[in-house]
Amino acid sequence: MEDEQSFSDICGGRLALQRRCYSPSCLEFCLSCPRITLRSLTAVTCTVWLAAYGLFTLCENSMILSAAIFITLLGLLGYLHFVKIDHETLLIIDSLGIQMTSSYASGKESTTFIEMGEVKDVVINEAIYMQKVIYYLCILLKDPVEPHGISQVVPLFQGGRRQDHLCIQQKVSLGDGGILASSGRQK
Amino acid sequence: MVLKAFFPTCCASADSGLLVGRWVPEQSSAVVLAVVHFPFIPIQVKELLAQVQQASQVGVTVLGTWCHRRQEPEESLGHFLEGLGAIFSHKPWFQLCRERGSKSWSCKATHWQGPTSHAASGEDQVMLIFYDQRKVLLSQLHPPAVLPDRQAGDTTASAGGLAAVFDTVARSEALFQSDRFDEGPVRLSHWQSEGVEASILVELAKWAAGPVCLLLACLLSLVSAASACRVFKLWPLSFIWSKLSTCEQLRHRLEQLTLIFSTRKAKNPAQLMRKANMLVSVLLDVALGLMLLSWLHRKDLIGQLADALIPVADHVAEELQHLLQWLMGAPAGLKMNRALDQVLGRFFLYHIHLWISYIHLMSPFIERILWHVGLSACLGLTVALSILSDIIALLTFHIYCFYVYGARLYCLKIHGLSSLWRLFRGKKWNVLRQRVDSCSYDLDQLFIGTLLFTILVFLLPTTALYYLVFTLLRLLVVTVQGLIHLLVDLINSLPLYSLGLRLCRPYRLAAGVKFRVLEHETGRPLRLLMQVSIACILPCSSKGLREPG
Repeated sequence: MEDEQSFSDICGGRLALQRRCYSPSCLEFCLSCPRITLRSLTAVTCTVWLAAYGLFTLCENSMILSAAIFITLLGLLGYLHFVKIDHETLLIIDSLGIQMTSSYASGKESTTFIEMGEVKDVVINEAIYMQKVIYYLCILLKDPVEPHGISQVVPLFQGGRRQDHLCIQQKVSLGDGGILASSGRQK
Repeated sequence: MVLKAFFPTCCASADSGLLVGRWVPEQSSAVVLAVVHFPFIPIQVKELLAQVQQASQVGVTVLGTWCHRRQEPEESLGHFLEGLGAIFSHKPWFQLCRERGSKSWSCKATHWQGPTSHAASGEDQVMLIFYDQRKVLLSQLHPPAVLPDRQAGDTTASAGGLAAVFDTVARSEALFQSDRFDEGPVRLSHWQSEGVEASILVELAKWAAGPVCLLLACLLSLVSAASACRVFKLWPLSFIWSKLSTCEQLRHRLEQLTLIFSTRKAKNPAQLMRKANMLVSVLLDVALGLMLLSWLHRKDLIGQLADALIPVADHVAEELQHLLQWLMGAPAGLKMNRALDQVLGRFFLYHIHLWISYIHLMSPFIERILWHVGLSACLGLTVALSILSDIIALLTFHIYCFYVYGARLYCLKIHGLSSLWRLFRGKKWNVLRQRVDSCSYDLDQLFIGTLLFTILVFLLPTTALYYLVFTLLRLLVVTVQGLIHLLVDLINSLPLYSLGLRLCRPYRLAAGVKFRVLEHETGRPLRLLMQVSIACILPCSSKGLREPG
């Protein structure tokens, strides 16, 4: 079942968040990041080619132009494969674990799975970024050596812009709380 | 907690039967290892499971029934399956059912309270997780079997979460030895049912490895004992051995070979990987060395090299002489102190003359020496490169000597200058207190000291220039030697076996797991697919299970 609610961020803009409930014990949240726009792509390509043409008029060497074309193509491929995240998914499976998947624009997927036995808590952290305070959701992992300590803080939904998270956190932490509570019975 | 059933993907198309596996109560999960087909005799099934349990220390039991039919099971079959639950009592009792040719699965888990309270048996929600048995078996994502600081009873309790699942599958090898096509009393379906996976080459290699390892280990121990004997520890020899990089490389190789062919088995996967990496790099080294040898012999390069060596050494000496003549004149427009210049220049020229005579004396034997050195390439490319580096060091020995003379002279001059500068300012170095103290000098001490200071200052540019030139030459030689050593280290330490595994069998280098939700219908149990995610060398790719600790 997909949730039809629409979410908004701190500034009031619309957020592309989807919530899917496969079963009472399995939830999935999918956050889509804004796509690459034609305007920005055209702007970058034009800048690179104008710079290459400027160099060409200075040096009179046509290799510069071919090199600029290669650089543009390779740069675009590299950006799509390594940098541009298309959507991020958080899959919460009761008493099994939490899985975070980032899908890049070229189709590559990068997955991290954290077992439920290692999760201490899911919290909303505040951080100061430039001139404002942003909130982000993160998972606290247990420290194997010290029972009350925290070994790692894993932030979620890193691919998108940092400001968009307040409303997601409310939804996710409510969803999380349910599943964590039910798996908390085993401890 | 939600009940989880780990089901192998290879059994999804098997015929109806009993589910055999292990129940992990801490995780509320049942790990299904195999399916026992009809017809079977319950006593024989129980005997087989007792045998497997004894062999592998894993608590394998009958977990439930598996039904793979064309349509909904008939009533009689339903009662028969429930009757089985009475024979093999297990809490909870799983009943998995799948319609042939469709994707709809159903799963029930009942807590059997007893024959009278059938109505009160609770049915819990079950989550089906499919896993690839072969990959899980080979991926080694479970903790090691024996931990030295804990007792055997603790290990199963501490293996948390999914590591327990992997551990179960990996230790139940005994169960996978017979399958449904065997003539035995019990017919099983598991990942080996489609054909036992083994390679005849691997089996032969394993069988032959024992005696071969023993033989080679004896030989290597003899060689090590011979090299460790007292004769080689006497002063001139030990000094030479420590300076030659060939000996260093040979010793390193001997250590590696001793480790590879030692008769002790590797204790954990990391050690096994290290041994395999070493073996592959040794083999590659020897192969490259033999290729080099064949190339040298085909083109008769050794003869050409020997013929070219003397003229090259002569040429280098001539260039050095030109350089010294240039230094003795007015190098780069600087004005040198003529007397000191001439002394130093003639001193170094005489050395070069000695060196050339020495090379000419050695010239008849060069070809023979080079031929024997070329033979050493069959010990490996790294040995050949080390010998090359040593030959370069020996041929440029005069440059090394010039550097040492120039550096010593410069060092003395600088020490003298600093001491006399302190005297000029009225201070002294206090050896007892390791600091600079003021000191009152006599007039004649000050006079002589200032005079000497002036002399040294005016002779400084000459010495500094000679020092600079010879240091640069020495740096050049050291750079070339350094590049050769870098190449040798690269061949020694590149983990080629791991790289090969990453390309051909990535699941052996597993870093964790990932889950995918399969098609879901309301009313049916949730189905997930567990895949092994691979470790990758590139910076941004799958990261996986975070192991506790």
